[in-house]
Amino acid sequence: MAQQTLRQKLEILADAAKYDASCASSGTAKKNSLGGKGVGSTEGMGICHAYAPDGRCISLLKILLTNHCIFDCHYCINRKSSNVPRARFTPQEVVDLTLNFYRRNYIEGLFLSSGIVRSANHTMEQLVEVARILREEHDFRGYIHLKTIPEADAEVIHQAGLYADRVSINVELPTRAGLTRLAPDKDESQIEGAMGRTKARIIEAKDDRKRFRHAPRFAPAGQSTQMIVGADGANDTAIIGKASRLYGSFGLRRVYYSAFSPIPDASAVLPLKRPPLLREHRLYQSDWLMRFYGFAPGEVADATEADGNLPLDIDPKLAWALKFRASFPVDVNRAAKEQLLRVPGLGTTAVARIIAARRHRTLRLDDVARLTASIAKVRPFICALDWRPTLLTDRADLRRLLAPKSEQLELF
Amino acid sequence: MTAMQNVSLGAHYAVHLPAPDDFAFWRERARGLIQCDVPPDRVSWIEPGGTGDLFATEGPSRGDKRLPPPPADPRPVRASQRFLTVARSAALHSDPARFGLLYCLLWRLQRNPRIMEDKADPEVRRVEELAKSVRRDAHKMHAFVRFREVTEEDGTPHFVAWFEPDHHIVRAEATFFMRRFANMRWSILTPRGSVHWDGETMREGPPARREDAPGGDPVEVLWRSYYASIFNPARLKVGAMLSEMPKKYWKNLPEADLIPQLIAGAQAREAAMVRAGEREERVRPATLAEVAKGAANCRDCPIADCGTRAVTGEGAQGARLMIVGEQPGDQEDIAGRVFVGPAGQLLDQHLTRAGIDRRAAYVTNAVKHFKFTWKGKHRLHQSPGAKEIDTCRWWLEAERAIVQPRIVLALGASAARGMLGRTVSVSKARGAPIMLDDGAELWVTVHPSYLLRLDGEAQAQQAALFAADLDAVRERLAELAG
Repeated sequence: MAQQTLRQKLEILADAAKYDASCASSGTAKKNSLGGKGVGSTEGMGICHAYAPDGRCISLLKILLTNHCIFDCHYCINRKSSNVPRARFTPQEVVDLTLNFYRRNYIEGLFLSSGIVRSANHTMEQLVEVARILREEHDFRGYIHLKTIPEADAEVIHQAGLYADRVSINVELPTRAGLTRLAPDKDESQIEGAMGRTKARIIEAKDDRKRFRHAPRFAPAGQSTQMIVGADGANDTAIIGKASRLYGSFGLRRVYYSAFSPIPDASAVLPLKRPPLLREHRLYQSDWLMRFYGFAPGEVADATEADGNLPLDIDPKLAWALKFRASFPVDVNRAAKEQLLRVPGLGTTAVARIIAARRHRTLRLDDVARLTASIAKVRPFICALDWRPTLLTDRADLRRLLAPKSEQLELF
Repeated sequence: MTAMQNVSLGAHYAVHLPAPDDFAFWRERARGLIQCDVPPDRVSWIEPGGTGDLFATEGPSRGDKRLPPPPADPRPVRASQRFLTVARSAALHSDPARFGLLYCLLWRLQRNPRIMEDKADPEVRRVEELAKSVRRDAHKMHAFVRFREVTEEDGTPHFVAWFEPDHHIVRAEATFFMRRFANMRWSILTPRGSVHWDGETMREGPPARREDAPGGDPVEVLWRSYYASIFNPARLKVGAMLSEMPKKYWKNLPEADLIPQLIAGAQAREAAMVRAGEREERVRPATLAEVAKGAANCRDCPIADCGTRAVTGEGAQGARLMIVGEQPGDQEDIAGRVFVGPAGQLLDQHLTRAGIDRRAAYVTNAVKHFKFTWKGKHRLHQSPGAKEIDTCRWWLEAERAIVQPRIVLALGASAARGMLGRTVSVSKARGAPIMLDDGAELWVTVHPSYLLRLDGEAQAQQAALFAADLDAVRERLAELAG
């Protein structure tokens, strides 16, 4: 076969990497290139340098080192039995690409993952080598996210955390049965063991930094993971439960949900269909409810319908409010922050504004309207100085009133 | 009323700002005016190039020289931290009314120091909005500035970008690029002014034109390839892209002209993937005759198009043992029967020796068609791929569901994959049963053709292992029968 050009390799290995949802570059330690030899800065907030027509941000150069893989996971485009074209970067090629893109302000940094070649350890060492060259030889101070391979030795994974801002290990599927069926070479306890060790290292390094100013940082942007939605039969209750366990046990910064999307040369085991994007969106909303709105996982699960899935036509917060109408209406002038956060249509920003503003005036409905995005959605669930929803909150057809109108299709 | 003594009643003042983003100047003048108790409706703030104020007692030509002199005992002017933060951003907005609005708020702040907390106040809200759109513009500048590399006469690389911000943010945001690209020589050219960094000092320049910036960069080809490849056509969400990357920015983004063709091709690409992976809803065959007929017409994988026939299993329905090979070979394809070639004969010998009656077993293959390449006049066997085995599992599973054996003996890795849907190592899996989901046992051993390829000591050794595997299966069969 003819030698592949750098461009061909980039096309293959970027195509192979696009099923990893994460592209975050935020929440890491602040650093900049002043006084250094190279380029790069991270200032807390990530920057999305471009958006693809799939609506996803492009913040990092997200590629695989190679898409050769000895594993055979049915959902994965790079599995051993797939007939996709294969390619392989040398660590130096990845370094050059990253720096060339970074200097032109295309990216915030690098998100490097890889298919498993030869052995887990060998592959992990190659990933770490890329990060080492960037950090040590080029004094690169941008963002690096390394995917770690749970089967690799703890020592190599430790090295990865020293160079990277964030490390991640994908749990892939919400249930053990799903993992056994669709990713026969992976093992849940091995994945969780590696996550546990990473968590311990992160805590240890933070503790060291408190006592010794120059102690090395270990993955300052923490660790994250990804779950595929819609490849196995797990319902939303199972997925939410798994996510909250992961947040609790391993101190994860983020759990990403990736709607299983059609891939070229798919496995005969997994039927292809349109990716459940709306379901993925509802799961992210429920994730937000748990992380920022004080909902317990059980409460989010209460919002699901009989089949254990969240309703698709309305968001999970509204679904919860419609089920627990006794908690409403909430008085915007008196209610505690926790109660206000439960009102559908009020986000964390709006709640903060209401609490600040009500120290100065008793809020009327018009005032609330100025503080929120849409008053129509909020109205049935709040009381203000000049507003009581009276019968509105108790109406049987409230859901129909608040759900987005279904569109009548035109004859074509 | 000491301050009012310096202010002529009814006078109107115009303040001319030296630069549209000069917050420090505004701050100093605003402090002086507040100290003199000049109410907001008596002050006009005029930025360079802005029109003068009709009501001002001082004409624009005379500048703000005749502002009231500060009182002898100026009282301190106070502002909350929040006001300062918001005002610094809002002052960079392109709205000409911004300085007047800020002064108005500063004026009210002297009476109500906590006014910034009242987010429902229309003026507070307006200033917050201005600050927010400036922050957004700054964020988009961090994101969408695209440098192009040029080589200077002295051979050093120089990175130059052209950007069109909505507000007066260039000077304020230059420090971001300085921190990020401290050791690079770069320039950002905009219609509102330009900034240049040489690695040590920052220099400001006059407004520039698009033609002043370089027209291309060879790395953009790679970046465009990356942009096109990272896009997943099955997740098309144009609205989400547009809300974060509005079209007004597209003209200066080297990747943006790919967007229309990516969107146009997305649906076809997705449909093609779904179609390729599609298996029609089929009813699983209920008899072995239906399996034979169905497999003969099956075209789900490319092997079936080689002009060979489908060779399905033979044996009794209800057999307690099912033996699975890899695929029919040359002779099997000609005869239309399983295991009649050299490997089949070797298998027969071993079965006889082990005391297993082949006629009582059901014998079949993981793949039903013969896969080969031509070598001269001979058809040379080729191993089936994992995908082909997985595709053909449909027929194998159907056969097993009809025959319902207690034990399945898989000969070789392909047969094991056909049974399990995943690849196992024969050397690790042999010797102990693997439980299948319906309770049947799967025993894995090597394929007899493997023994044919060996010779000498290795062959004797492997033959003995193979024989031991068959013995174990015979014993297990007897146990299950007993």
